[in-house]
Amino acid sequence: MAGAGELTAGAVALQRFGLGPKPGQGEAFRAQIRERLLAEIAAGGVAQPEGVPFSGTVEIGKALFAFEDHEKREREARRIAAVTPAQDGQQGMQMAEAEPQAQPAGQQSQTAPAKPPNEPALPYRTYREEVKARVDLALAAETGFGERLVMFWSNHFCVGATKSNIGRIMAGAYEREAIRPHVFGRFEDMLIAAESHPAMLDFLDNRQSVGPNSPAGRRRGRGLNENLAREIMELHTLGVSGGYAQADVTNLARIITGWTVVGREGVLGFPGSFAFNAGLHEPGVTSLLGRSYDQPGRAQGVAALTDLARHPATAQFIATKLARHFVADVPPRALVDKLAGLFRQSGGDLPSVYRALIEDDTAWRAPATKIRSPQEFLLASYRALGRKPDFGQIIGPVGVMGQPFWQPSGPNGYADSNAAWASAEGLKTRVDVAAGWGRQAAGSVADPRVLADDILGPLLSPETKQAVARAESKPQALALLLMSPEFQRR
Amino acid sequence: MTAPHDDDDCERMTPSRRAVLGAAGALFAWSFVPTFAYAAAGSRDPRFLLVILRGALDGLSAVPPIGDPDYAGLREGIALAKDGPEAALPLDGFFYLHPAMPNLARLYRQGQATIVHAAATGYRERSHFDGQDVLESGQPGAGMTRSGWLNRLIANLPAGEGVSRKGILGVGVVPPLVVRGDAPVLGWAPPRMARAGSDLTMRLADLYGQRDPALARALAEAMETEGLAQRRGMAGERKGGGGPDSADGMRRIAEGAAGLVGADDGPRIAALAFEGWDTHANEGGAKGRLANLLGGLDGAFAAFEQGLAPVWKDTVVMVATEFGRTAAVNGTTGTDHGTGTVAFLVGGGVKGGRVVADWPGLKPEQLYQNRDLKPTTDIRAVAKGVVSELFGLSGPVLAEKVFPETGGLKPVPGLVV
Repeated sequence: MAGAGELTAGAVALQRFGLGPKPGQGEAFRAQIRERLLAEIAAGGVAQPEGVPFSGTVEIGKALFAFEDHEKREREARRIAAVTPAQDGQQGMQMAEAEPQAQPAGQQSQTAPAKPPNEPALPYRTYREEVKARVDLALAAETGFGERLVMFWSNHFCVGATKSNIGRIMAGAYEREAIRPHVFGRFEDMLIAAESHPAMLDFLDNRQSVGPNSPAGRRRGRGLNENLAREIMELHTLGVSGGYAQADVTNLARIITGWTVVGREGVLGFPGSFAFNAGLHEPGVTSLLGRSYDQPGRAQGVAALTDLARHPATAQFIATKLARHFVADVPPRALVDKLAGLFRQSGGDLPSVYRALIEDDTAWRAPATKIRSPQEFLLASYRALGRKPDFGQIIGPVGVMGQPFWQPSGPNGYADSNAAWASAEGLKTRVDVAAGWGRQAAGSVADPRVLADDILGPLLSPETKQAVARAESKPQALALLLMSPEFQRR
Repeated sequence: MTAPHDDDDCERMTPSRRAVLGAAGALFAWSFVPTFAYAAAGSRDPRFLLVILRGALDGLSAVPPIGDPDYAGLREGIALAKDGPEAALPLDGFFYLHPAMPNLARLYRQGQATIVHAAATGYRERSHFDGQDVLESGQPGAGMTRSGWLNRLIANLPAGEGVSRKGILGVGVVPPLVVRGDAPVLGWAPPRMARAGSDLTMRLADLYGQRDPALARALAEAMETEGLAQRRGMAGERKGGGGPDSADGMRRIAEGAAGLVGADDGPRIAALAFEGWDTHANEGGAKGRLANLLGGLDGAFAAFEQGLAPVWKDTVVMVATEFGRTAAVNGTTGTDHGTGTVAFLVGGGVKGGRVVADWPGLKPEQLYQNRDLKPTTDIRAVAKGVVSELFGLSGPVLAEKVFPETGGLKPVPGLVV
């Protein structure tokens, strides 16, 4: 039998490491949550979302190019049709020009209010299905620990779904192909998978980067784009104070020239998939962080990334981010050092690091200070309410709360601190969102007081219990439960 | 307005440009005494809005030095020209303004806009996130504090002072670091969802009061702004629209901030952020990606001018970015992370119609690390100059509390009317 302290710690852990309990699940889990988490690590692997429109990059590339060709023909036809009547020529031209300007597909109904809303274009439709499938999986998960790790790594190696059609249509596939297979694997495998995925090569511009002395560089006068190289070191491996200089950034950019996306002609492989294009690659030996890389072709980049993955600064950087994410904005130093040590000793074996985190008592018993991110809040709320949102019910709330799926404002991903999420405006928006969820769920939840007991268990304070009990309505009681400090913090 | 000059040698700067810069630097050795600032603070009710451009604005495209003989060669493919169908807008004959910014050009001609060129904070690396941290924290380096310099500015105004009592507005669901800290922060974002009933909010305020002081404080601040927005008739605004990286979003954010800051009982200081300036590829010239963003910023200037009309004469809008971009175009018709860039000062309170620049030149040896526009004016000195004259903070407070370790960095004087 677990004691009261153990039960409280278990209740916090359900929220800290997972996505929060579902009705009826809490009591059984709280007493043995640690064993369950360790068993998940031992089993390894995370599930893949089901019901997505394309199995992967190869299918997407084919569909995307067909879509873009079709769009181009349509635009051309509209332009010609608009120019033909002489008196309307001027206006027609303007409309034809305005069309391609990336109108977010979700807003199409606003531009044409008289007509029924159009079916959104293929990239957005795909994005929508991918988001829905991902959320369904997170709602179905037992503890949600694996899904939390997916969210963590997906944010660490983030891509953006708003930059381009490729980004939008591939954001989900990127997570499925580059992140999920390696969440319980080795860091360097995830690193190489992420940096060589078309979505990343597009997001951080490496697909366009050309070695100045490569055949293409000499012929066309194109050159380097150092965006991806910089973020690999700053954001993905060493961290900004990891000891690299501008020359290292430029040299890593040289090393990964040729890592690109196959074009619509499919010369180097399936259109839209990753390819190493030797014609773009900067030839010769290049040094990085004092080490020389003389490998030919793609192997040069793989060697450089492997060394970056094994660099001690990377271990420290990843350990700090993991501890900050799960435990506290300012994580215990000893815990970070312990995780970093394990990361180094195990060669970046992620399950070893997770195991140390779960087994560590400071990680286990630290007070619940971190506020849930908007995505965690959405998932925990729908789990607690026992409901399934449709796409609009997902994308609306996380959008207004500032964390839409795969759309961070920069390559550093979403913030991971209370300063970002527990702001005045952020909290006010949460109240608005929670009020909406309370109204939605009022018909399906029998008794908010029972649900509060069930979901929060030993964490439920007398004050929250009373606030829920005295609410003027069932929707309000549910909103109070979701907005209570015990539910918000983990 | 400064006279044209077509030399890249800063020894031959125009007199007015030299005078402005000299005062900031070596020509005047005495320490800055803001006696006039206290007088000014007593006689006016100033407004200060800081706009942060996240992603590093390309200053050489926003305010191209077309008079510099090396400019066009570096900017092959995206260079702007002083004549032709898409000509840049003339400023002083040496510097021009991007053609997507006609409002700013008009404000400049009206003496209500100053452009600071070859400017940067003290940060000399090229990480966006550290660069923004330095710009917003006001610290000499990144990761040194969790409070922003605007918050410390308010916190160090005399007790009971109206400006500090009214708090500071941080626009956005996630408030910018520059406003975070101990002084009260009001939050606001363009409304996109039905508001919860006030009864629920009151009950939560009560619960947080008993259980969670940090959440209680945040909610109280949110309720205060909500009340203000309602009194300003802003509650029923249309929902939806673009984000802070679109022209539509920038205008709506600017309109909202102007509405709140323009209120009699509203905050006097606000910070907001526009995004999307990281133009590594296909940056564009007179048209294109950067042009769209600059057009959005230009629309925001118009929205500020309109929304703050009654107090415009006492308003300064400062626009700053974390650093600039490479002087040369990169291999993908864009620019990579650089150093020196531009800052804008706009408003009826600005002594404008000037480009403030100690121009370093664009020859390889004149560039910072042979690569970036060399910064010759510290953005912190500009900010110190503006806020000391607007709010009457003393030199030592500015140099120790607001921008720590900047005792050697004199505020640029004479920026404010």
